[in-house]
Amino acid sequence: MQKQAIFQSKLLPYALVAPQLAIVLIFFYWPALQAVIQSFLLQDAFGLSSSFVWFDNYIELFKDPAYFAAIVRTFFFSFAIAISSLSFALLLAVMADKPLRGSMLYRTLLIWPYAVAPPVVGVLWIFMLHPSLGVLSRYLRGLGIDWNPLLDGNQAAALVILAAAWKQISYNFLFFLAGLQSIPKSVIEAAAIDGARPMRRFWTVIFPLLSPTIFFLLVINIVYAFFDTFGIIDTMTRGGPGTSTVTLVYKVYSDGLLGGNLGSSAAQSVILMIMVIVLTGIQFRFVERKVTY
Amino acid sequence: MVEEEGFRRYVAHIILWIGIAIVAFPVYIAIVASTQDNALIANGQMSLLPGGHFFEVYYQTIFVGTSGSTREPVGNMMLNSLVMALAIAIGKIAISIISAYAIVYFRFPFRMAIFWIIFITLMLPVEVRIYPTYKIVADLHMLDSYAGLALPLIASATATLLFRQFFMTVPDELLEASRIDGAGPLRFFWDTLLPLSRTNMAALFVILFILGWNQYLWPLLITTRDDMQTIQVGIRKMITTTDALTEWPIVMATAVLAMLPPVFVVVAMQRLFVRGLVETEK
Repeated sequence: MQKQAIFQSKLLPYALVAPQLAIVLIFFYWPALQAVIQSFLLQDAFGLSSSFVWFDNYIELFKDPAYFAAIVRTFFFSFAIAISSLSFALLLAVMADKPLRGSMLYRTLLIWPYAVAPPVVGVLWIFMLHPSLGVLSRYLRGLGIDWNPLLDGNQAAALVILAAAWKQISYNFLFFLAGLQSIPKSVIEAAAIDGARPMRRFWTVIFPLLSPTIFFLLVINIVYAFFDTFGIIDTMTRGGPGTSTVTLVYKVYSDGLLGGNLGSSAAQSVILMIMVIVLTGIQFRFVERKVTY
Repeated sequence: MVEEEGFRRYVAHIILWIGIAIVAFPVYIAIVASTQDNALIANGQMSLLPGGHFFEVYYQTIFVGTSGSTREPVGNMMLNSLVMALAIAIGKIAISIISAYAIVYFRFPFRMAIFWIIFITLMLPVEVRIYPTYKIVADLHMLDSYAGLALPLIASATATLLFRQFFMTVPDELLEASRIDGAGPLRFFWDTLLPLSRTNMAALFVILFILGWNQYLWPLLITTRDDMQTIQVGIRKMITTTDALTEWPIVMATAVLAMLPPVFVVVAMQRLFVRGLVETEK
């Protein structure tokens, strides 16, 4: 689609796109290109000299069981966060979609966690579930659970997933509510007239009509779990205990900054870039059917 | 109309209140903890009711800072976060709206190439190109500066796409009319297009402000001086590895303060925010 009515000018359009183009080239393309180049280089420990090693950094990575473990862990975290947060948000959205008194109030009270920053989310949850001073830890110990996420890797992972899922509820809730409200009421009424009970109406009519939203949110949530959990992990566990909460993004950070291994860190960045491009591509292919430019 | 029986309505109300309780509980705990005595909390004796140290704790948090790891007062961190968030939101809207205008309302060589160059930036968050970006900012002597904090985060395309979409829906007659009135391209942009885009700009502003305020990894890397620290980085530094030294009431007060501006923006601008969110993501 093109505009029919346009202006004629030779220089003005270039002047208008120049600021954005400059910032994008300097702060986006140049570093992205550097990351790709760096991933083919091997640097000595002092960063004084480097040599071109083709795919050695990548081969090293894929031979490294720790990297493989980080991939598996990241995907596990992503699905656990997405599924727990999506199902809870869907339940709340279905309830809030009903014609209830005070539904605007409910909405307001449910959407604000969207605005809470990941490190703050991390701080809130580590405080509640801190082994020695956490308010909730007392009850867990009362239940006979030996709760110490600072020492137990599985508990640390559970804590990260819980906090990350908590933050994402409001976002998923909003999109589910928008999705539910766009389903024509006549369709649901027709099912009701046919004698379908509410649970049956939900699974046979509403859920299938909502599936585009669910799929869209699944992709968004996985991307969120990949990147935005960095702040949560860094404030709660710093990747520990051991490496039990090191995700792919955290590994890029810790290998590069703390470990000083820039070649490997760059290779990891490039692999992440490819993963995000694939995920975004999936999302666009799917969204394209709904939006026409 | 599908009738809801009374019993089901009760269930819906109850489930929603349980949801709200789950969502609000961590924040309630933070508020309560920020009014209590540190020794009490450190002993694991924290009460679930507010304590009497509200003014004392918040005064120290905002104006003095912790006595341990970071001595920077949170008031200053909030100022840094505010400048960064505003720079990102306003900067991104400004450069995006003019480039979208150029792409929609002019025909010029490389127009589509430029569009794609901008479009591709949608795909990669700053996290994946973090070290090279750091190096460039360092080479440009922008570490510990507001420009260094904001510019790399302005470099993405969401806003450009949104404005492009919107401009496409503006009827051609408007341009014809203002041309008859003798308006040039800049005049048309300023007098006609900009006022029409006001709600889009406001919705985007809400989202970008929150995005900027909540940045973490990038400021963590490029700020070395305590007085340039943002609140998100500052709060992490307050939690010391030796637990005994963490001043939890101050940490919790900082968490509450860090939440206030973005949560206020979301609640106050709810309608715009929801609209902007659904439009940018879909």
